[in-house]
Amino acid sequence: MPKVKETEILIVGGGPAGLSAASAAANLGASVLVLERDEKPGGQLIKQTHKFFGSKKQYAGDRGYQIGDLLIEQCGNNPKVEVWTNTTALGIYEDGVVTAEGRAKHLKINPKKIIVATGASEKMITFPNNDLPGIYGAGAVQTLMNVHGIVPGRRVLMIGAGNIGLIVSYQLMQAGVEIAAIIEAAPTIGGYLVHASKIRRAGVPILTSHTITEAYGNESVEGAIICKLDEGWQPVSGSEQDLKVDVICLAVGLSPLTELCFQADCQMKYVSELSGHVPVRNEHLETTRPGLYVAGDVSGVEEASSAMVEGRLAGISAACSLGYGEDIAPKLQAEALAELSELRAGPAGQKTLRGIMNLMDKGGAVC
Amino acid sequence: MRITEHPILEFLRGEEISFFFNGQELKGFEGETIAAALHAAGVRVLGHSHAMNRPRGLFCAIGNCSSCLMDVDGEPNIRICVETLKPGMRVETQQGKGCLR
Repeated sequence: MPKVKETEILIVGGGPAGLSAASAAANLGASVLVLERDEKPGGQLIKQTHKFFGSKKQYAGDRGYQIGDLLIEQCGNNPKVEVWTNTTALGIYEDGVVTAEGRAKHLKINPKKIIVATGASEKMITFPNNDLPGIYGAGAVQTLMNVHGIVPGRRVLMIGAGNIGLIVSYQLMQAGVEIAAIIEAAPTIGGYLVHASKIRRAGVPILTSHTITEAYGNESVEGAIICKLDEGWQPVSGSEQDLKVDVICLAVGLSPLTELCFQADCQMKYVSELSGHVPVRNEHLETTRPGLYVAGDVSGVEEASSAMVEGRLAGISAACSLGYGEDIAPKLQAEALAELSELRAGPAGQKTLRGIMNLMDKGGAVC
Repeated sequence: MRITEHPILEFLRGEEISFFFNGQELKGFEGETIAAALHAAGVRVLGHSHAMNRPRGLFCAIGNCSSCLMDVDGEPNIRICVETLKPGMRVETQQGKGCLR
């Protein structure tokens, strides 16, 4: 009979939330196992070359990949933390056993508590020929460029002027790639203006109220037709422009990766401010399935800064529920909650707060 | 195209190795993914869809989307965006849904 691995806290996902949860829980004395499907932990942080905002506590001023290295090091130096890379969680069963696939083996883990920190996946938008080679998610472009040192092409149309669209455009420019334009369907730029100004100063147009009507090309992208949108978000006829590009990059948002939460029978709710279906959870990030916590983008799409704080909060809460650090946990939890409020003080944070209020409220459409 | 100079990052590449794409010898670096090596060699079309025969390329690069499935050393449906390149690997365009050996 195959052996079952015992652990106190199992964390699914070794990104900013998962790694922060791991060291927070281990620092209080709990033994932790982290499952990471990739070869290297760190999640999307390892692809971020820009400097982070926030306060010193959230590593403001450091570049994303440096923060990733720091979190990996913190976990690596902690004997209470074990990280299994190349391992994908498959399911959470009624009796609490979690199954996983790792290095071509089927694994069983029996944790006392579970923290799901699976992150998010990129959204797609519909337009003719949106399946042509040369059309990438923004994360894929970052992976190619910042991990492998390979540019996706020569000339890019970026779709989406949120922070991801702006940052990836700037990174493409740093790698020597031309940006034909950044288009955004909304009438205003969604990302920070400090990023937008840098790009505009370099002569790249950011066209708000614009959308893509089609991509074209024989076996891969050769160009795109874009057009202006009126106040009712309808295409303005005669406003079409033909852009010769070999890459179209989609930065049109993320959806929480909640399959495990659905499968574990957590109560789920659709909250548009949090970018999709998210698990209902309490202030300390415990879902309606007792002993199952969530942290990071899986509980509502935000930024790495808040994912790290949420991870810490979930880690403390899970460890405390096992009897670790009961004396200091309430203080640590209050500190984390205060940091989250601070991070959510801006305009983007207001939207998240509205979403969380909606989520914590037991009423409304629940599925 | 590989980035040789970058204002922030330094790319520490492994040893240069050879592999085969549809029988043609190509170069890549040890430790990178098959998708990265094919991209650097200018290969963007990785296969065609089963029903409509439309070209398929790299889309997510993190093992989520299944757009990059190929046949590697005789094994079908390999997500080449997360599979590490090894010397002498035979990477083939997959026909149909693939057959297990």
